[in-house]
Amino acid sequence: MTVIDNHEVLAKKGENGLSEASARDYFELLKPRVMSLVVFTAFAGLVLAPGHINPVLGLVAILCIAVGAGASGALNMWYDADIDAIMTRTAKRPIPAGRVSPSEALAFGLVLSGFSVTILGLAVNWLSAAILAFTIFFYAVVYTMWLKRSTPQNIVIGGAAGAFPPVIGWACVTGNVTIESVVLFLIIFLWTPAHFWALALFKMGDYEAVGVPMLPNVAGIPTTKNQIVAYAVLTAIIGVVPSFMGFASFGYGIVATVLGVIFVHCSISVWRMPDGDVKMMPAKKLFAFSIFYLFAIFSALLIDRLVAVLISAGAGGWL
Amino acid sequence: MIELVKLTDAQKKSRRGRNIALGLVLAGLVILFYAITIIKVGTGNV
Repeated sequence: MTVIDNHEVLAKKGENGLSEASARDYFELLKPRVMSLVVFTAFAGLVLAPGHINPVLGLVAILCIAVGAGASGALNMWYDADIDAIMTRTAKRPIPAGRVSPSEALAFGLVLSGFSVTILGLAVNWLSAAILAFTIFFYAVVYTMWLKRSTPQNIVIGGAAGAFPPVIGWACVTGNVTIESVVLFLIIFLWTPAHFWALALFKMGDYEAVGVPMLPNVAGIPTTKNQIVAYAVLTAIIGVVPSFMGFASFGYGIVATVLGVIFVHCSISVWRMPDGDVKMMPAKKLFAFSIFYLFAIFSALLIDRLVAVLISAGAGGWL
Repeated sequence: MIELVKLTDAQKKSRRGRNIALGLVLAGLVILFYAITIIKVGTGNV
């Protein structure tokens, strides 16, 4: 479904037709907040992977992954400009606000995609570059152009795009995709539905207005609540798996268990939310906690690895 | 007779901002490619 067919009508320009977009507007096209999560999880994949990478090349890898993620964000904003203009949460984005034209955003996204993938391939390795290219394609084409407007399972499948960064980080170091990196992928993949459906619950009106078939609008609030609890439980379980598999310590396992229990508790609060609840505070709390949960889980993994390195360095010094 | 486009003040300001940002990005890329080359040559992995 397309709300506005001619994207170009969104662009506001001076009388001579030249752009008034600032550099900041282009930066906003990269979805900096999403990019920060991508940078963080990719960095975690890079640090947790066994082996060594030159620190400068590691920095280049993170930069390329960040720019690639930003590029897919720009392509998403280009395609979704019509519905972004209607939704309150997205109406101030550069394209619907008329600061950047859709064609400029498209060119920006395509150029950055090409640059990020090519530089990652040349500087680090071509497996990680291929996964980055697939991630951009998956987010911009499979999720944005196809799934988002056609199925209520859009963010379940589309969530894979957000789950790839730690796999890319891991592949940068090892040149391989292993079961450990798949576990990191699954943590984000299984976390996404509970996170997004919490948002979809209290933004139901927005999604209804633009005709995006989010689960609460299509299957109803009770079904959404059930699925939120199911995915929260799965997330809590997969969160402790690194400890069982041996690439994180028992201490990490305890932290992940506590975080998982709180995550499930928040989801049960949403499940218990009365039908006529307009404010939907439990859903807002779950959404906020879900962001904290993901940062906390990956921070715990990073701290756990740092402690392990310090202990082994200390033991090496004494022997 | 060629009619030249006259930029508004807002357009001039935004164009200057974009040019500076683009210049910084290009300078960054030069440093980045230099660093990558030195590392690759140093490790014999060209």
